[in-house]
Amino acid sequence: MPRRAQLVALLVLGGGVAGCSGVQTALDPAADQAASIEVIWRTMLVVCGVMYLLVLGFLAWALWRARRPAAVDDAPLPAETAAEPALARGLTGWVALIVAGLLVLTTVSFLVDRSLAEVGPDPLKIKVTANQWWWQVEYEGDAPTDRFTTANELHLPLNRPAVIELHAADVIHSFWVPNLSGKTDLIPGRTNYMAVTPRRLGAFRGQCAEFCGFEHAKMAFDVVVDPPRTFEAWRRHQIQSASDPVTAEAVYGKQVFTSQACVMCHRIQGTDAGATVGPDLTHLASRSHIAAGALPNDTGDLQAWIADPQGVKPGTAMPRVALNSGQLNAVVDYLETLK
Amino acid sequence: MGMLARATVAAPLLAAALSLAGCNREARDLHPAPAAETGPKSVSVSDLYPGPYPAPTPSDPRAQVYDGNAFHIANGQRYYEWFNCSGCHFHGGGGIGPALMDEKWRYGGKIEQIYASIAQGRPNGMPSFKDRIPETQIWEIAAYVRSLSANADKLAVPSREDTMRGPPPLNNLDREPLKGDPAAAKAGGG
Amino acid sequence: MSAADASALPTALPAEEDVRLTRTWATPPGFWGWLTTVDQKQIARRYVVTGLVFFALAGLLAAAMRAQLSRPDNHLLSPDRYNQIFTMHGSTMMFLFAVPIMEGMGLYLVPLMIGARTMAFPRLNAMSYWMYLAGGIFLWTAFILNVGPDIGWFGYVPLSGPEYGIGKRADVWAQMITFTEVAAMAAAASTATSIFKMRAPGMTLARMPIFVWAMLTTAFMIMLAMPAVMLASSFLISDRLIGTHFYNYAEGGSVLLFQHLFWFFGHPEVYIIFIPGLGMVSEITQTFCRRPVFGYPAVVLSMLATGFLAFGLWVHHMFATGLPHMGDSFYTAASMTIAIPSGVQIFCWLATMWDGKPRLAPPMLWVIGFVITFVLGGLSGVMLASVPLDTQVHDTYFVVAHFHYVLIGGAVFPLLGGIYYWFPKATGRMLNEAAGKWSFWLVFLGFHTAFFPMHILGLWGMPRRVWTYPADMGWGALNLTSTIGAYILAAGVLVYVLNLIVSYRRGAPAGPNPWGASGLEWAAASPPPSYNFGLTPVVESRHPLWTGGGRLPTLTGLSLDHREVLLTTVTDARPDLRHGSPSPSIWPLLTAVAVSALFIGSIFDEWWIVWLSIPFALAVLGWFWPRKSHGKKVGAPDETPPGALA
Repeated sequence: MPRRAQLVALLVLGGGVAGCSGVQTALDPAADQAASIEVIWRTMLVVCGVMYLLVLGFLAWALWRARRPAAVDDAPLPAETAAEPALARGLTGWVALIVAGLLVLTTVSFLVDRSLAEVGPDPLKIKVTANQWWWQVEYEGDAPTDRFTTANELHLPLNRPAVIELHAADVIHSFWVPNLSGKTDLIPGRTNYMAVTPRRLGAFRGQCAEFCGFEHAKMAFDVVVDPPRTFEAWRRHQIQSASDPVTAEAVYGKQVFTSQACVMCHRIQGTDAGATVGPDLTHLASRSHIAAGALPNDTGDLQAWIADPQGVKPGTAMPRVALNSGQLNAVVDYLETLK
Repeated sequence: MGMLARATVAAPLLAAALSLAGCNREARDLHPAPAAETGPKSVSVSDLYPGPYPAPTPSDPRAQVYDGNAFHIANGQRYYEWFNCSGCHFHGGGGIGPALMDEKWRYGGKIEQIYASIAQGRPNGMPSFKDRIPETQIWEIAAYVRSLSANADKLAVPSREDTMRGPPPLNNLDREPLKGDPAAAKAGGG
Repeated sequence: MSAADASALPTALPAEEDVRLTRTWATPPGFWGWLTTVDQKQIARRYVVTGLVFFALAGLLAAAMRAQLSRPDNHLLSPDRYNQIFTMHGSTMMFLFAVPIMEGMGLYLVPLMIGARTMAFPRLNAMSYWMYLAGGIFLWTAFILNVGPDIGWFGYVPLSGPEYGIGKRADVWAQMITFTEVAAMAAAASTATSIFKMRAPGMTLARMPIFVWAMLTTAFMIMLAMPAVMLASSFLISDRLIGTHFYNYAEGGSVLLFQHLFWFFGHPEVYIIFIPGLGMVSEITQTFCRRPVFGYPAVVLSMLATGFLAFGLWVHHMFATGLPHMGDSFYTAASMTIAIPSGVQIFCWLATMWDGKPRLAPPMLWVIGFVITFVLGGLSGVMLASVPLDTQVHDTYFVVAHFHYVLIGGAVFPLLGGIYYWFPKATGRMLNEAAGKWSFWLVFLGFHTAFFPMHILGLWGMPRRVWTYPADMGWGALNLTSTIGAYILAAGVLVYVLNLIVSYRRGAPAGPNPWGASGLEWAAASPPPSYNFGLTPVVESRHPLWTGGGRLPTLTGLSLDHREVLLTTVTDARPDLRHGSPSPSIWPLLTAVAVSALFIGSIFDEWWIVWLSIPFALAVLGWFWPRKSHGKKVGAPDETPPGALA
């Protein structure tokens, strides 16, 4: 019976995240915002669940009652039966119950909405620009030397509020890390903001939540919540230019990178590669995924991605570049030095 | 053959032709086959040939894939901006480099010829991009550049861009005759 | 009740007069008649059958999507094909199935329920159907030619705009909207006029069947909501075709303008789809519970309230766009308010079942399935009304689950129940009850298996409109469950359709009133003659066949030799005047062809609008060219003095 299945499912939902990977779920909040939204969810589940059970109960009672013997065989009842006044009272009570439930829900929703608009003291400022189909991430700072650009991965310090400024470079996208907060759209010609205050260490996953073309499905990013000290170390490292390659293979890889099509789109700070069309690769090797979450960042996948981007992510703007296997290995070798 | 019979034969053929045209125009080749990474060979950019007959510019079969295909033209439009073609040619009006939306083609206005100009570079400032832009994307840029002068299928070209008002929407341009194209016009202008 | 013999009907005419009336209202025979008919029942049947064909086609697309999503990292479909498929599924279901089929049911049932000979504007109805058919064929032909839209059924700019909407696909989508909305508005105008002016004498507004109230509400919602989306799609076409800047933020346009226009239509659209379903539920419930619906005024007022409130909630589709929070809160409250009229109606139907004695025939099963499903969808809708919670589940599979619960539960279940219920009226044959129950249980169980897991998937972070998903997200098992459920659901629909086809040929003959129902439609023969009622029924209560001791008063006076209808006053339905009704005509078809050519041509070149307006103008001229006929035929006092009507 589906009703029993629904009950089981509700229990599963209430119980947590069994079966789900946990890095991209609204039911396992790791920030103030997601936690307060989850309060609404639980309230809703209780209030709506009670209402639903009342409806099902009334339905079951009505069907059960149908087994009573008929008064007059098949003749229709008059519009005004004896039960009319009782039913009218029931209707009044039911409406009152609905109104009461809605008042509770509206109030909770309103209060949480207010709290989401608040930002704590000294927020970290990050600017995210969505592109088809990847995320540019810029950490802002007071001095130009404090600013840096990365892609498809955010790091946030624990317990410090962050304000994320949201832009879109082409079409509408939506920035969504369910463990941290609800989603906010990135809209061409508009600037949106969202605030998150992470309260738990860990790695989470975000994903574009507004249909944006071919690879809407493969437009994810990582969010890592670090202890403040680790975050600071990461930040300092990201500001630096890429270190020069040491091994001959990697030096050759750099030559290939800067003399081939790669350089037309990507930037590696400290080299001749300075284009901003594609993701910034200055510290590519420090990230856990490539191609906006489509593949893990390891040698084999990096090779597969460069050798045939369209095979991994059909429609991506990254082209297949005519590299021979030696060049491919060298480029991957070089990219892996970009810690 | 009676009129009706002719119509019954012609109608499916016409429908098939239309649908094929539609298919090619609207196809999105998301995963192009890894063809030999070579551009068109022996593209001529002049109408001066030795011998009594002008040697025609070979028509590269791959040109048909890109020419008049909405997806490739739209990609070309993006690369045109991304690779800074607009830095010299602006939005087709020209400035540092020659205009691309007029009817003059110094090195030919067929898609293979535009490909050759982008890949090989041309005197007085046009760099060679053959090592910097993969072949597919050069084809796409060439298809877009061709559409700037209203020479591509009007049903395949994009309209205005989401930017400040620039040139008129490409699908509203009036088609102008090619000049300087050895195949289309005998006068090798430009 | 078993009287299959039409002459036993209270509305039947003596045989000789019946022949004359039949000749007057007959549709010409053969293919020409098929093209020119203005018979409201024929047009409505086409609407319903065409709607079911599009339902099946869109269902096949859903099956393809479920196959693709049945396991992670599946490469059965490319993203390009998948995007086209989900766009076609949504667009077909919303524009080519749900709205038209509901209007088709209304076209069929409203004149029968109000005791009228036909609809108010029969030729407009004919044109409306041809426009709808042309729009549907246009969209599907484009899809087959690989020009099917790939921008989602909502077609947001800039993805659908001139720069990112590549090729002609978005134009096809935008113009298909114009087609179907023209058709819907024409049908709505006809429906509303018929309900206001053509009710049987004595059928005051307070005695109207609830289904008629539902169609009236729907008609007004269509007339108020559809212009917004036609504006949105026309702006889009002109941005794409001639480079206007309505949606170009760099030139003072706005990307969000599209969303506001679209959802100002899009939210009422949902109610346009299920309010007729609510009407069907009311009719079925009272028939099978042998009790008039409890709280008739409450149900009717709730329906009207839903219709009004529908126009104040569109922003809840845009909570993630970063609009001001204070404003969003208003839309939270407004959206939650919808729960009150919906709750009232649910209570009234349950109270009817409780106080009556429900017989679990297939139509009633669909109603029970409706209650179980629709209420769950409504409650998840309450969740979506909350801004913060909506930002979590918006554009995830939670929303996919929600609106399928509302639309399948709230519209398709009642529709399938309604088709089962009125099938004997339309065809004169009963459906097979066992097959009816099988199809219900398959659809019901399949539906919940398919869509309930989607709630969980959404909360677990699975966004909508993704062509695939990675294996390590843990979404595979629930997606597979969902796919299995979808195929069970499809099997149920197949059984249902086979039941329709087989019973249409071999079903047991049905009398005029096989269910012992109370409405006027059951006072006509099954299937009803072209003129519906030989004698115009006179209504003295809300349930004319249940009261008055089986006696249905009638009146004469309408011409037998000319197409004439009786117009009554808007509120009290007092006989007002006799009015001519147009005869079959080819002009509606020619006009629809001209308009279709103009619409289709306009996506290729703006000049087609100019040149093709000439045939359009000619067709309209032909249609409205003054003819002597009506003025002379109607109200000729020497034949039938007007006093005869009163």
